[in-house]
Amino acid sequence: MRRTIASFGPREWCACALLSALALVPVWAQAIGEPYYLSLVTRIMVLALAAVGLNLVLGYGGMVSLGHALYLGVGAYAVGILSSHGISSGWVHLAAALVVGSAVAAAVGAVILRTSGMAFIMITLAFAQMAYFVVVGLKAYGGEDGLQIDSRSDFGVLQLSSAPVFYYVVLCCLLAVLWGLSRLVHSRFGMVLQGARINERRMAAMGVPCFRYRLVAYVLSAQIAVLSGVLMANLTKFASPSYMQWTLSGELIVMVVLGGMGTLAGPVVGAAVLLVLEEILSSVKLPLPGGLDTVINNHWLAVIGAFIVVVTLTMERGLFGSLRSGRRSA
Amino acid sequence: MSLSFLFVQLLNGVQFGMLLFLLSAGLTLVLGIMNFVNLMHGSLYMVGAYAAVAAFEKTSSFVAAGAIAVSATVLVGLVVERLVLRRLYRREHLAQVLATLGMIMIFNELVRFVWGASAQSMDVPAAFSQPILLLGLPYPSYRFVVIGVGALVGIGLYILIHRTRLGILIRAAAADPAMTANMGVNVRLLNSTVIGLGAALAALAGLMAAPLSSVQSGMGEPILIMTLVVIVTGGIGSVRGAFFGALIVGVIDTLGRTLLPTLLRELLDRSLAQAIGPAISSMLIYLVMAAVLVVRPQGLFPVKHG
Repeated sequence: MRRTIASFGPREWCACALLSALALVPVWAQAIGEPYYLSLVTRIMVLALAAVGLNLVLGYGGMVSLGHALYLGVGAYAVGILSSHGISSGWVHLAAALVVGSAVAAAVGAVILRTSGMAFIMITLAFAQMAYFVVVGLKAYGGEDGLQIDSRSDFGVLQLSSAPVFYYVVLCCLLAVLWGLSRLVHSRFGMVLQGARINERRMAAMGVPCFRYRLVAYVLSAQIAVLSGVLMANLTKFASPSYMQWTLSGELIVMVVLGGMGTLAGPVVGAAVLLVLEEILSSVKLPLPGGLDTVINNHWLAVIGAFIVVVTLTMERGLFGSLRSGRRSA
Repeated sequence: MSLSFLFVQLLNGVQFGMLLFLLSAGLTLVLGIMNFVNLMHGSLYMVGAYAAVAAFEKTSSFVAAGAIAVSATVLVGLVVERLVLRRLYRREHLAQVLATLGMIMIFNELVRFVWGASAQSMDVPAAFSQPILLLGLPYPSYRFVVIGVGALVGIGLYILIHRTRLGILIRAAAADPAMTANMGVNVRLLNSTVIGLGAALAALAGLMAAPLSSVQSGMGEPILIMTLVVIVTGGIGSVRGAFFGALIVGVIDTLGRTLLPTLLRELLDRSLAQAIGPAISSMLIYLVMAAVLVVRPQGLFPVKHG
């Protein structure tokens, strides 16, 4: 399915504009002398990466995982624990994180995929909570207080300590994952995964072992979240139990749904909108009368909550998903 | 470790289990009958606890505080059902998860706005403030009250579901909502009733928990997740499953936290035991849940249809 620019619809143009804008952020932040914006956009992209991973199971596979923060935490703690033992090689961090993350995802996936629907949602949440309590219980690695990381992972020539370099590394990871995912969802594997979402019984009748495909998708999606966790730990130089908290799992779902489930760049749009909104509500002095601005700054989570409720009740396809795609069979 | 210590810990486990039962009984009905993922059940628990603390301060009567807390929470539950939840019954689970997640955030900030960020606390009612002697050990009598209330609610729910007309309707709606509606039952009213019943039980749990734990914003989420573990272990929609699931989870969690670190210290190196003890003991109930799911994906006491 080769596609040309002529076949682009609003959705494709929006995705292109977004990605080109992302490439220019370091230049812009440098020009206006606000390095904070650079770290904000880096954070958006790191969480967008996890949301893109979640979208594979949630949007394409139809599995509502309310526990993906678990894998973000695995990635972050792999960096934190290895660094605290004096191992600073980024390749070792990444390899350890992916191996442990895949093993955990395979074990957890084998149990949770035995259920479906409502029980699936609750069990993914329960397993993430279990992992949360495990890291809180690891007193040797900071327990509840989290784990300080002395310096960013050492990837040889790539100097992650420089903010723009780190930014472009994250951007490249995001683009690579998006590209890989676009190939994956249009492959036979992706078709089976989506078929299992739409009509599992028919897929089973055609002799497709849905369970195995789902398990592989779940592990792949977990690996993307693990990568996001490794980057997150490098961004904040910190591994915190809060990365595993169920609120983050919830936020990831909000990003996917807000942007548009089952669309490639939707989660990126969702992450950007949600995190920018959080930033504005929590720390920008809004021009509101009667002390309302301080109330909102203090209780911004309530506004986010109301926003989520309204979006859920009114928009079924998400922001990015509402844009018309150039492809006829979207 | 003496036998009486073990017995006291067992009682603590049963008491915690009863608290979990109050929450999971209400939620399992909402999940099973309405097929509605209501994550804000924990928020109703929190609202119940805050209302109980406020009412207890004003009236200094535990019974009055309970009555006020339950009616206020039922009112809140019904208003939320009317404004938000009702629009979600026909939507997919994902939408229900998201919207109730948003409601949790709103409620957490709302109680922070009204009562402030610091934790509230409530005294144990005067009649039960004295410990009673149990096998020579003093044991807080209030915990017995919690166990008693849980047992009474269990019996009450059994009678309600198996011996009353409302119970028949609830069971019918759980088995086949469309057919029940076709038989002329007002399923919309039934849904509101079930949400109201769930809110009342959540408020009762909040009231009973208020003297035992600190009442603060966000208190509903950890216990909500344990409630979900109970429901999945027991079988979604089954009150009997919620009862036994809650007891299993309550006892295992409590015994695990008190006994396992001691046990590990005897088996393993002391420093290693101290490092992994707390982590493993908090994993126990989730491992039990996973084991149950491997053997019986429908839970221990699945609802029988047909």
